[in-house]
Amino acid sequence: MQSFWRRFFGNPRVLLSMLWLGFIVGVAAGAPLLAPTSPFAIVAKPFSPPFGEFLLGTDSLGRNLLAGLIYGARTSLLIAILATLAAVAFGTCVGAVAGFYGGLVDDLLMRISEFFQTIPSFIFAIVLVAILAPSGMSLVIAIATVSWPPIARVVRGEVLTIKAREFVQAAIVAGQRDMPILVGQVLPNALSPLIVTGSLLVANAILIESALSFLGLGAPDLMSWGFQIGAGRAFLRDAWWLVTVPGVAILLTVLAINLVGEGVNDALNPRLRDL
Amino acid sequence: MSDSVLAIENLTVALPPWADRAHAVDNVALEVRRREILCVVGESGSGKSVMAKSILRLLPEPHVRVTAGRILYGGENLLTLPLSGMRAIRGGRIAMIFQEPMVALNPLMTVGRQTDEIVEVHTSLTPAARRQRVIEVFADVRLPEPEQLLKSYPHELSGGQRQRVMIAMALALEPALIIADEPTTALDVTTQAQILRLLKELQARHGTAILFITHDFGVVAEIADRVAVMQQGKLVETGETAEVLLRPQHAYTQALVAAVPSLNPRRGVPRPSAAACERPLLAVAGLSKTYAGRGGVFALARRRVPAVAGVSLEIGKGGSLALVGESGSGKSTLARCIVGLERADHGAILLEGHDVAQLSRARLRPFRKVLQMIFQDPFASLNPRWRVGDIIAQGPIVNGTPRRKAHAEAGELLRLVGLDPKAANRYPHEFSGGQRQRIGIARALAVKPKLIIADEPVSALDVSVQKQVLELLDQLRRAFELSMLFITHDLRVAAHVCEEIAVMKDGTIVERGATADVFAAPKHDYTKALLAAVPGRDWTRAGQ
Repeated sequence: MQSFWRRFFGNPRVLLSMLWLGFIVGVAAGAPLLAPTSPFAIVAKPFSPPFGEFLLGTDSLGRNLLAGLIYGARTSLLIAILATLAAVAFGTCVGAVAGFYGGLVDDLLMRISEFFQTIPSFIFAIVLVAILAPSGMSLVIAIATVSWPPIARVVRGEVLTIKAREFVQAAIVAGQRDMPILVGQVLPNALSPLIVTGSLLVANAILIESALSFLGLGAPDLMSWGFQIGAGRAFLRDAWWLVTVPGVAILLTVLAINLVGEGVNDALNPRLRDL
Repeated sequence: MSDSVLAIENLTVALPPWADRAHAVDNVALEVRRREILCVVGESGSGKSVMAKSILRLLPEPHVRVTAGRILYGGENLLTLPLSGMRAIRGGRIAMIFQEPMVALNPLMTVGRQTDEIVEVHTSLTPAARRQRVIEVFADVRLPEPEQLLKSYPHELSGGQRQRVMIAMALALEPALIIADEPTTALDVTTQAQILRLLKELQARHGTAILFITHDFGVVAEIADRVAVMQQGKLVETGETAEVLLRPQHAYTQALVAAVPSLNPRRGVPRPSAAACERPLLAVAGLSKTYAGRGGVFALARRRVPAVAGVSLEIGKGGSLALVGESGSGKSTLARCIVGLERADHGAILLEGHDVAQLSRARLRPFRKVLQMIFQDPFASLNPRWRVGDIIAQGPIVNGTPRRKAHAEAGELLRLVGLDPKAANRYPHEFSGGQRQRIGIARALAVKPKLIIADEPVSALDVSVQKQVLELLDQLRRAFELSMLFITHDLRVAAHVCEEIAVMKDGTIVERGATADVFAAPKHDYTKALLAAVPGRDWTRAGQ
C-alpha cells in the first residue's frame, strides 16, 4: 500500500491536480469566511471590471463575482459529491446483486439499467429536475439517477469474475451466508475499478450540475458556476470575464478530477502503463 | 564444433528493477547439436522460457533484455542481426511451438491460411504449390483429412489437433531448429503421449534439431537425447539423458529427480477395516449432472452437456480414493456436487447416512463440519484482501467458534502445516505457491472435518514443492484419521497418495479398485491407455 501512495503522488500531474482540488475544497469549506459578501448581494454598479474595487469585478446586477465563485465551488462540489455517492451506492447494490445471483435477477436488473441508459442522460436529467422543481436536492437526485447504470455495469462485471474465484467457493464450503460473502469477500476485491469509475463520475456530475444551472434549472437559492455562466452569457462581448472566470474554474476542476482518476488507475495497475 | 546448430554463449538476460532477482538468465552457455532433442528442464521461474524467447528475440523489451553474450546460428550472432535478417531466420530457419495452441493460433483465420501465410512470406511458390505444401505438412503431422482441415478454424479442432497444426506450421519450411516451449503441458496425458511420439518421429525423419523446454522429468525421459537443467537462471547440469536421470551429479538435479513421484503404488497403509466399510462415511449413488447451456430469454433450444452420468462410489472412514481422469471427464463436477457447490440432477449423496444431494445451502450448513475442500489454484483460492489468520479462522467462526479461540487455533494449524504461526498476520501475496497451498490445507482442517475433497491440489505446483505438499497431506491424514477424495489427472500423484483409485471417463467411472491392483493389471482399455501414456514410465520403473 505504501508503494501505491508513492506511485500516486510521484506522478506530477496527479500532484498538481490534487493541489488544485485541495485548494477548491478549502475554498468551498471556508466560503462564509473567505467570501467578502453574500453572493447574491448587490455591492456596486454593474459591470465593474476586474482588478478594480473588486478583484474579479461585478456582474450585470452588480453582484461580486469573486463571492459568487467561492460559493459556487461549494455548490458544485457538494452536489457533485452527494450525487456521486448516491449513484455509487445504488449502482453498487444493483450490480452486486445482479452479478452475484445471476439468472433471472441479473436479467431483470440489467434490463432496468439498460432502460435508464437508453434515455439520453442530460435530457433525462432536465426532465427530472423539471418534475421535481429546481432545488439542491432535486439536482442530486437527477444527477444520481442518470449516473448509476455505468457503476452497476462495472460492479456486475467485477462480481461475475470474482465470484468464480476459488476463495469465494471456499467461503461457501466453509458455510458462510450469501451476504457476508458478497460484502466481505467479493466487494472488497471489486474496489479498485469502482474507485476509478466513481472519481471520474464526480467530474461528470460537476458538468451536469453546471449545465443544468446554466439553463436556469439549478437551485434558485444557491450560487453556482453554471448559473454564473448562464447569467453572463448575454454580455460576452462587453464583460467577457463574467463567463470566462467560472468557465475556467469548471475546466480546471473537471480536468483535475479526471487526472486524479487516471492517476488512481495507474497507481493501482502499475504494470499496465509500463509494459 | 561442426555439428552444432545453435550455440548460446554466456547469455545474460536482465529483469526489470521490480523483479525479485536481477537476471532471468545468468551467464548460460548451451549448444544444440544437429539431429538432437535437447531438453531444458527447470521449475517455474528458472529462466528456461526467457532463454528460449531470447533466441528469436521475442523478449518483452526494454524491460527484459539481453545484456551480455552471443547466440550463434550458422556463424551469425542472432542478437545483433538486423531485423530483416531476423525475419528470415524466424519461421524459416528457426521455428517455435508455443505452450497453448488455442492462444497461439489466430481464432479468426482458418488453420490452412495461417500455415499458408508462413510459406507465402518465406518462399516464392505459387498459390497452388503452397497449398500442396500445406497439405503435405498436415498429412505429415497425422492430421485427419488434411484437405478438409484447411478450411477449419482453430476452435473447431481438439487441443491435440491444434498442437499438431502448430507443429505443422513449424515444420512447413523444414527449419534447422525448432524451439518448443512446453508444447504438451496444456494437453491431456494421452494426447501428450501422441504428440511426443509424433515429435520424436518427425525429428528423426527430417533431421531437425529440437530445443524442448519442459518442467516435467517424465517428458524428458520420453523424448530427450540430452538434458540441460536450469535453476534460478543458471545452468546447473548438462549431459546425456540417461546419465542425468539415473545418475544426477548436481544436488539440485538430484532433488528434482527424487521429487518425481514413482508410478509404483504405495503399500503398507492399512486398508480400512471391514467394520468401517459397512457404513461408509461418504456414499454416492447414481449421481448425474447435466449442464444446460444458459440460453437467455430469446434462446429457443438449449445445449445440454452431460458432465456426470450415474456415478457411484464409497469412501470409508480413514479411506482415500483417487479419482483420476482427463479434462472433461467430469471429475471436478462430481467433486463440486459432493461439496454442494453444484446441485446434482439425480442420485444420492449419503454423508454419514444423511442424503445431502438436494439440500439447500442453508440446510447443508451443518454438514460443512464433516466435509471440507482443498482447491487447485493456490493463487485464486485465498482472498487477497484478508489476512491469513482470518482466512483460516473463517470456517470455525461461521460455525460458532468464538473469534479469539478460532484465531488461536489458526496459529496452531499454521504450525501444523509447517508455517510460522506469525504468518497469521500477513497477507496471501507474501507467500509462495507451496506456502499458499499449505494455508489452503490449514483452512480445510480448521473445522476438523472427517472427509477432505482435494481438487487437483498439487497440479499448479512445481515438482519439488508438490512432493512436500503431498507428504504433508499424507501425514495429516494419518494424524487426524481423515478420509480423502483426491482428484487428479496425474497417475503418479494418484499412486503416491491413495490406496484406492477410480478412473473416470466421459462422466462415468470405468474402473475402480485398489491402486496396486489397477496399476498391476488394468482391466478397462481406457485405464490401460492412461497408464501407457504416463511420460517416462520406463525410466521411473527402472529407477526403483
